[in-house]
Amino acid sequence: MADKIIIENLSLTYADGVESLRNISLNVPENAVSVLFGPAGGGKSTLLRCLNRLNDLTEVRASVGRILIDGENILDPKTDVIALRRKVGMVFARPVVLPMSIRQNLTYGLELAGENRKSRLDEAVERSLKLAAIWDEIKDRLDDPAIALSGGQQQRVCLARVLALQPEIILLDEPTSGLDPISTGKVESALQELKKEYTVILVPHSVQQAARTADYAAFFLQGELVEYGEGKTIFTTPREKRTEDYVTGRFG
Amino acid sequence: MMRRLRLNRHLTERLGFISLTLMAVVTVVPIVAVVIYILSQGLPAISWEFLADFPRDGMRVGGILPAIVGTFYLTIGTAVFSVPLGIAAAIYLSEYAPDNALTRLIRIAIINLAGIPSVVYGLFGLGLFVLFLQFGTSILAASLTLSIMTLPVIISTAEEALRAVPQPFRTVSVSLGGTRWQGIQRIVLPQALPGILTGVILGLERAAGETAPILFTGAAFFLPRLPNSPFDATMALPYHLFVISTQVPEMPPQIQYGTALVLLVFVLGMNLVATTIRSRARARRQW
Repeated sequence: MADKIIIENLSLTYADGVESLRNISLNVPENAVSVLFGPAGGGKSTLLRCLNRLNDLTEVRASVGRILIDGENILDPKTDVIALRRKVGMVFARPVVLPMSIRQNLTYGLELAGENRKSRLDEAVERSLKLAAIWDEIKDRLDDPAIALSGGQQQRVCLARVLALQPEIILLDEPTSGLDPISTGKVESALQELKKEYTVILVPHSVQQAARTADYAAFFLQGELVEYGEGKTIFTTPREKRTEDYVTGRFG
Repeated sequence: MMRRLRLNRHLTERLGFISLTLMAVVTVVPIVAVVIYILSQGLPAISWEFLADFPRDGMRVGGILPAIVGTFYLTIGTAVFSVPLGIAAAIYLSEYAPDNALTRLIRIAIINLAGIPSVVYGLFGLGLFVLFLQFGTSILAASLTLSIMTLPVIISTAEEALRAVPQPFRTVSVSLGGTRWQGIQRIVLPQALPGILTGVILGLERAAGETAPILFTGAAFFLPRLPNSPFDATMALPYHLFVISTQVPEMPPQIQYGTALVLLVFVLGMNLVATTIRSRARARRQW
């Protein structure tokens, strides 16, 4: 499988002096679910936020290395970050629906990009809600406030909102951390569908979820990439002792 | 022994509760007393003629139309300058300003601006707008002076309203390919608008009731006609009240209280609008 993202020697230190990533190199293949897992503070979220340059909003003291997406270094200051963020969508840990209707949530990104043809917008709403496996549940009340949905539904609307922009890469930062097992199951199975068309990078909320979903898995510990490989290898016969200890629950 | 201790604690609690309630009630007494007193004294003076006619006979007879119109103009004039400037400053401080020496200086300036006595604004307005910029004693000069006085109220309430909008909305907007401004324009501002409006109205309400800042900058003792350009001086309710209470001998008191009542209704009316906006918005808020 082709590598969609190539991360080369990436290090990052936040303004408060916290060294969040230490010399990370990692190739992310397309059409697969790649999982970044490990205990809190390992740098997983930081890495995700580098991939769509959301870290631009945070005060970063120093950052070195390169991230190539389709061969282009997105950390280059000349990168069009707006275009980048349309191409690399992100779902957050807590579902954040915008204070508007479900439909407006879904069309928000497209409208920012200047799309205002109703047919295109309607089409995007239906397509993305179907992909996020929530169309049948809410198709009759698209004009209700999004906040009225349950947490699990809200999170799938957030996923659909990202899909509406037709991105190429989808980043998910513990997207099921606040959800019940049924909603979690729906999100996870949606990911298995999505990987057929997209490159999916997931920070799971548990080792179990990592094991369930990963085609590829990267174990992060205190800013360091300990081990990276195929999911089945990492979770059954890891090379590193630290990976094995974490996966088997000896620490974490 | 245990029993007595418990009783004592219970008694203390009750006493504390009663005295706090009493003090809370005491704070309501003055406002109710003022309103009732002004109403009872002023209501007999209110008539169509009083509201729609010019003062006559050294202001001892007739109405207060030019003062009502003047206060209306001054409030509009103040809004024209202070609302856009205040909201823009609040957006800058809440959404864009980094935490550095410059923004700290701006914040200190705003806080201190709020603490300056209003008569000092009046003198400042006289120096800058009336004399130096040669606007003369005019609605324009008075509105600008009132604007400066109103700005700190508008800026600080608007900034607070903007900050109350949850941060994740902005992050989500950016992550969906929006510029910062698009997020502010489409989400943050509409959500903060009721809070901003409340602050704006409270600020303007204060401006409408002030005498000192317009004393040297735009208020006229008596004008036989309504102002017809921003460069005209104008009569205004608070100044008119001051004039007829201190400068005119043998003034019939019901005219004074009638004027006070009109001013009070003007200001409390604005307050009511602000309160309504705020409570409606709270009920509709989606976060």
